[in-house]
Amino acid sequence: MATVSFEHVTKRYGEVTAVDDLTLDIVDGEFMVFVGPSGCGKTTSLRMIAGLEDITAGLLRIGDRVVNDVAPKDRDIAMVFQSYALYPHMTVRDNLAFGLKLRKVPKTEIDKRVADAAQILDLGKYLDRKPKELSGGQRQRVALGRAIVREPAVFLMDEPLSNLDAKLRVQTRAEILRLHQRLQTTMVYVTHDQTEAMTMGTRIAVMSDGKLQQVGPPQELYDTPVNKFVAGFIGSPAMNFIEVATVAAGDGVRLEGPGVTLPVPDRLRQAIGTAAGRSLVAGFRPEHFTIGGEIGATAKFAATADVVEYLGNEELIHATVAGRDIVALLSSEHRVKPGDAMDLQVPLEKVHLFDPESDLSLAFQAAS
Amino acid sequence: MDPRLVTAIVVVVGVPAVLIGYIVLTEQVLRLFPERLKPKVRPWLWLAPALTFLLVWLIYPTIGTAIRSFQNSAGTKFVGFDNFVYVFTNPAMQGALKNNAIWLVLLTALAVGLGLLIAVLVDRVRYEPVAKSFIFLPLAISMVAASVIWQFMFAYRPPGEPQIGTLNAIAGAFGAGPVPWLTVSELSFNTILLVVVMAWMWTGFCMVIISAALKGINPELIEAARVDGANEWQVFRGIIFPLLLPTLAVVSTTIIITALKAFDIVYVMTNGNFDTEVIANRMYKEMFVNGSFGRASAIAIVLLLAIVPVMAMNIRRFRAQEAIR
Repeated sequence: MATVSFEHVTKRYGEVTAVDDLTLDIVDGEFMVFVGPSGCGKTTSLRMIAGLEDITAGLLRIGDRVVNDVAPKDRDIAMVFQSYALYPHMTVRDNLAFGLKLRKVPKTEIDKRVADAAQILDLGKYLDRKPKELSGGQRQRVALGRAIVREPAVFLMDEPLSNLDAKLRVQTRAEILRLHQRLQTTMVYVTHDQTEAMTMGTRIAVMSDGKLQQVGPPQELYDTPVNKFVAGFIGSPAMNFIEVATVAAGDGVRLEGPGVTLPVPDRLRQAIGTAAGRSLVAGFRPEHFTIGGEIGATAKFAATADVVEYLGNEELIHATVAGRDIVALLSSEHRVKPGDAMDLQVPLEKVHLFDPESDLSLAFQAAS
Repeated sequence: MDPRLVTAIVVVVGVPAVLIGYIVLTEQVLRLFPERLKPKVRPWLWLAPALTFLLVWLIYPTIGTAIRSFQNSAGTKFVGFDNFVYVFTNPAMQGALKNNAIWLVLLTALAVGLGLLIAVLVDRVRYEPVAKSFIFLPLAISMVAASVIWQFMFAYRPPGEPQIGTLNAIAGAFGAGPVPWLTVSELSFNTILLVVVMAWMWTGFCMVIISAALKGINPELIEAARVDGANEWQVFRGIIFPLLLPTLAVVSTTIIITALKAFDIVYVMTNGNFDTEVIANRMYKEMFVNGSFGRASAIAIVLLLAIVPVMAMNIRRFRAQEAIR
């Protein structure tokens, strides 16, 4: 059990900065997910915790100890690799026991821990097989088992589910969560898949271009993304963005774009200001669209359905608003057909507004 | 017309024509067979030319050699096992057998051991390609040229004369008298020196093959072992070495066979004098100096039988590996 903290950690490869001034505290026992597109620095950050990458600048602590110059073997961490990295010449039993043998753990203790891990992960039958004789899912469990038997202070996982098929991925996701609840050990998990991040993380750190964009519980990232990148990355299908501009209306302003009218939400009135002609980017999640009816103050869209993907209880509608593509997720009872003109609405409290220069959310600009 | 042009046309046109002709012919022949037998017969027809070549240029001479090994020098009379008795009882032959055993063990140990060491060490440095090129270079030199080079290393002049040999120059620098390196047969010292020459040539080969296998090891395995708590030596012992074993076996068999066939270096540097005789050199002498076909054939058969278990091991290993692939 331990905390992990990055203090202004930077990693450079020559001219390229992979991780830029990362400051982040991972709480003891938490399930922290690093998420972002490929090349965002998430795996490099994880490998720095493991000690597999040197740290160019800054301090990294595991517990109270600064570990910048501590070898991986002395960090009390265990890691699950994307390729599983099972030792091909050893049986499952020897794979699980390898780390313990190196640490000179007594034989009886090794046998006990291996048996326990095999039982938790349902590997009992396979202990005497070589990795080649196992299926992908079984190999994955051996990789997890190898980490568990070590009883480390921190678990590190580098996209452990990316080589599994969709069904097995959902299953193993639950298995890892169960494991975390049972062990209550700090886990750091890297993925590029926002669904995985949302379903698994106690907190999520969203990274892009080597920079930490936002860190918080899944719901916080979903409800109040700090910038356009986080807003677009978290949530599936992704948020729609439409450019709007302030227009004088009565004694204040309202927002308008081609095919869109949007009264100013009260909470953002101050941030938007009273000057006409200011351009902004408005963000709407597909699942917040409704069709027809009046539901109080709303953003209104004149949209034309283009393609309809029927999903059962819902329909994913690709539509255009004055020539720009949007995606809306509607209840399938509306039976929208391609070519239909639709009056779409989004409740004002679900509207996100971003500054087009800085990409920052106005909600956060107002606060700071 | 230039006869070379005619030859060229015959080769360019004739060879493909014969090949295509053969393929057409096999299909014609296949028509004679009932449908269900065709898949069984076809591979044999395709293999037939290669098998014929093997038969004529490998199997037939081998059988001929085996027969001659039981005959007298001129091949006019069967003499039973006399030639084989000679191989194992003649003092010169016994010396050659002993020396070949030294060659086999020492050359394999040196070339494979050093090859492994160098492959693992250069894997960690930036100037790896340059270092590997230099170590591989001797393999490109002919054995005779290598022998000439090393004769300069071991060269000896009587005391008082200027020493042109590298080793004796070094010895002289430390005030030691010149040593006639290649004539020192105590503890097979000169044979060991000859093995060193061969090891100098073949270490590069071992290194290149082992290095390729080393690059094939998933780096995540090594990282996993480090995270698991292994120090660098334990990573090598527990992960890298076991994963290199199949490659080491293949390289070792190649070197063992090279050692059993050792001839050129001995022929050029000492011609088997000063107790440096090896089996192949004895075979050459029996054949072309003494004109004894029977004894030379017996030696060849002994060499062949010595190589068979090595090859068998190699093939079994290869099959086992294919099975788990």
